[in-house]
Amino acid sequence: MVEEAIANLYPEQEMRCPVHLSIGQEAAAVGVCDGLRSGDLAVSGHRSHAHYLAKGGSLKRLLAELYGRSTGCTGGLGGSMHLTDLSAGFLAATPIVGSSVPVAVGAAFSAKARGSDRLVTIFVGDGAMETGVVHESLNFAVVHNLPVLFCCENNLYSVYSPMEVRQPGHRTIADLAAGHGIRTSAGDGNDAEEVAVLADDAYRSIRAGEGPVFLELSTYRWREHCGPNYDNDIGYRSLDEFDLWRANDPIEVLAARGVWSQRASDTEEIASEIHLAVEFARESPFPDPETVRYPVLHRSVS
Amino acid sequence: MNRSLNYGEAIREALDQSLSDDPDVVVMGLGVPDPKGVFGSTLGLQERHGPERVMDIPLSENAVTGVALGCAATGMRPVLVHQRVDFTLTAFEQVVNQVAKWRFMFNDQMSVPMVIRMVVGRGWGQGPQHSQSLQALFAHIPGLRVIMPTTAHDAKGMMIAAIRSDDPVVCLEHRWLYSIEDEVPESRYVVPLDEARIVRSGTDITLVGVSYMTLECLAAADMLAEAGLSAEVVDLRSIRPLDTSAIVSSVERTSRLLIVDNGHVVGGVSAEIVAAVVEQAFSHLEVAPERMGFPDYPTPTSPALADDYYPLPHQIAMRASEMLGKRFSFQPIDRGERRLDQPHPAYQGPF
Ligand SMILES: Cc1ncc(C[n+]2csc(CCOP(=O)(O)OP(=O)(O)O)c2C)c(N)n1
Ligand SMILES: [Mg+2]
Repeated sequence: MVEEAIANLYPEQEMRCPVHLSIGQEAAAVGVCDGLRSGDLAVSGHRSHAHYLAKGGSLKRLLAELYGRSTGCTGGLGGSMHLTDLSAGFLAATPIVGSSVPVAVGAAFSAKARGSDRLVTIFVGDGAMETGVVHESLNFAVVHNLPVLFCCENNLYSVYSPMEVRQPGHRTIADLAAGHGIRTSAGDGNDAEEVAVLADDAYRSIRAGEGPVFLELSTYRWREHCGPNYDNDIGYRSLDEFDLWRANDPIEVLAARGVWSQRASDTEEIASEIHLAVEFARESPFPDPETVRYPVLHRSVS
Repeated sequence: MNRSLNYGEAIREALDQSLSDDPDVVVMGLGVPDPKGVFGSTLGLQERHGPERVMDIPLSENAVTGVALGCAATGMRPVLVHQRVDFTLTAFEQVVNQVAKWRFMFNDQMSVPMVIRMVVGRGWGQGPQHSQSLQALFAHIPGLRVIMPTTAHDAKGMMIAAIRSDDPVVCLEHRWLYSIEDEVPESRYVVPLDEARIVRSGTDITLVGVSYMTLECLAAADMLAEAGLSAEVVDLRSIRPLDTSAIVSSVERTSRLLIVDNGHVVGGVSAEIVAAVVEQAFSHLEVAPERMGFPDYPTPTSPALADDYYPLPHQIAMRASEMLGKRFSFQPIDRGERRLDQPHPAYQGPF
């Protein structure tokens, strides 16, 4: 509902930054973050709104950030593609694909080195699995037996590029990761309950010191890669495919099972929370270029 | 015959003609054959030339840069395309250690005829990692040619020249230039890769513009003209090698130099130009050369902060007039519906 609200409000041209919406991919975020404790960390990439919220990030500060306000989670410096909420354990999201993965591994290294029981979850897409840095990170995590979950949301596309032109069809992404000697599992990324079971299982073994786990979740992005609209008309994917996935809507899946009632009162409560957050964002001041601090370097070493 | 094409269409025509003329040319990059066609610059090319020659790539810029080098060293002429310069940084090792040095370190036994096209973002909250303008980084490396065409005409001619060149050419294309039209010949033609161009002659001061900033300099020159001041505007076009002789001879006429870079001032291209002019035309200078460009911090995302980030025509005019010992107050140009983070009113991002 948050992302729908963003999509609806975006044409007003007040959110002036690129947005990569998570509509259709909610179950992975919710199921994976469900088993994380508040001291654990999550890290993400360009499509991070759902991860940020599922980890407990502030909705008000997310919307204020999209509106470019000083009350946003990065004070207007980062926008949608650079989220953080340290109080909620959402370490960072950055949009150069693959580049936040070693950072998550580093946070896991730090947790282990400093004797904390924290674990770290990193979200990646199927496209990110084609970058070298992700494989270097997987190897490092395995070699150092780090407390990290790699969660790959495979939505079949990298922007408009289908799997066929990017990866061979005769192996899965989980197979690819398994080559690093990491424990892997895979499941239906549109079923939040199934995801939560897989993630909890992973967290149990990670917390038991058995090393990193890689989880591949199949899912589908409903809207365009970047921006608020549907884009099934431009011809890179078929309507049949879209309809098939839409019939498997993560929220409907839960509703059908009676886990989530979609009672009017619940929906209303969420809607009013979103409304308040949008109001908060709109009423917040813009950062003032004259007084804003541009935190590039500490100027001195003490 | 000339007709009006926009920047993206001009580049597409250069690629199209080069693909037709030379079977060794291939075009590869993320999204090259997709429905958006890299802001129009690769639209339809796969349909015309086939998937073996015009292709999408895995999200593996680093490896594919090396792949392109391997192709180039063995006789092909690959053109790599990246939708942002910022993404190419993942391939910086290949570009700097391998591509740039290949000819040198193998004692001229191989050449590397490849082109790396990269888009420089601006506006609509592109922010810290989608709007860097890193020409100075590339220009620091011997062995690379670095170009930044401003007009559609130059974009086509320089792209054809870049593809025909036996050197690796890094081409930085400003996102806001894509929708701008220009007279472009249908024929194949070459614009030199190492020449600046005087786009407006004047007598009082030389304004050197880099990429999109050339357009801002032209707007500033209009304002200065209204105040009775005559500015010469030079479109730098080539970042490496620098066409210092064109700039020096302009400064010899005007005695004043203001450089407006589309990039950071500190450690930037403008410093290199000032150094060259001071070394070669010191006695011609009436006042110290000055520089404008991006401030010494990354691009912020919020329009409230990013609007302040880029030099604007009235600020350029102001600075130029101060260098001429005049105090005018120039007003911001009337942008109509267009806000400061838009190249034109229809642009609503997101990318
Ligand atoms: C290194 C790099 N190359 C290209 C891009 C442009 N880009 C942004 S998102 C994206 C697709 C990523 O696909 P995937 O990892 O599957 O995530 P999804 O968008 O499907 O959630 C691309 C190519 C980028 N941000 N970084
Ligand atoms: Mg994907």
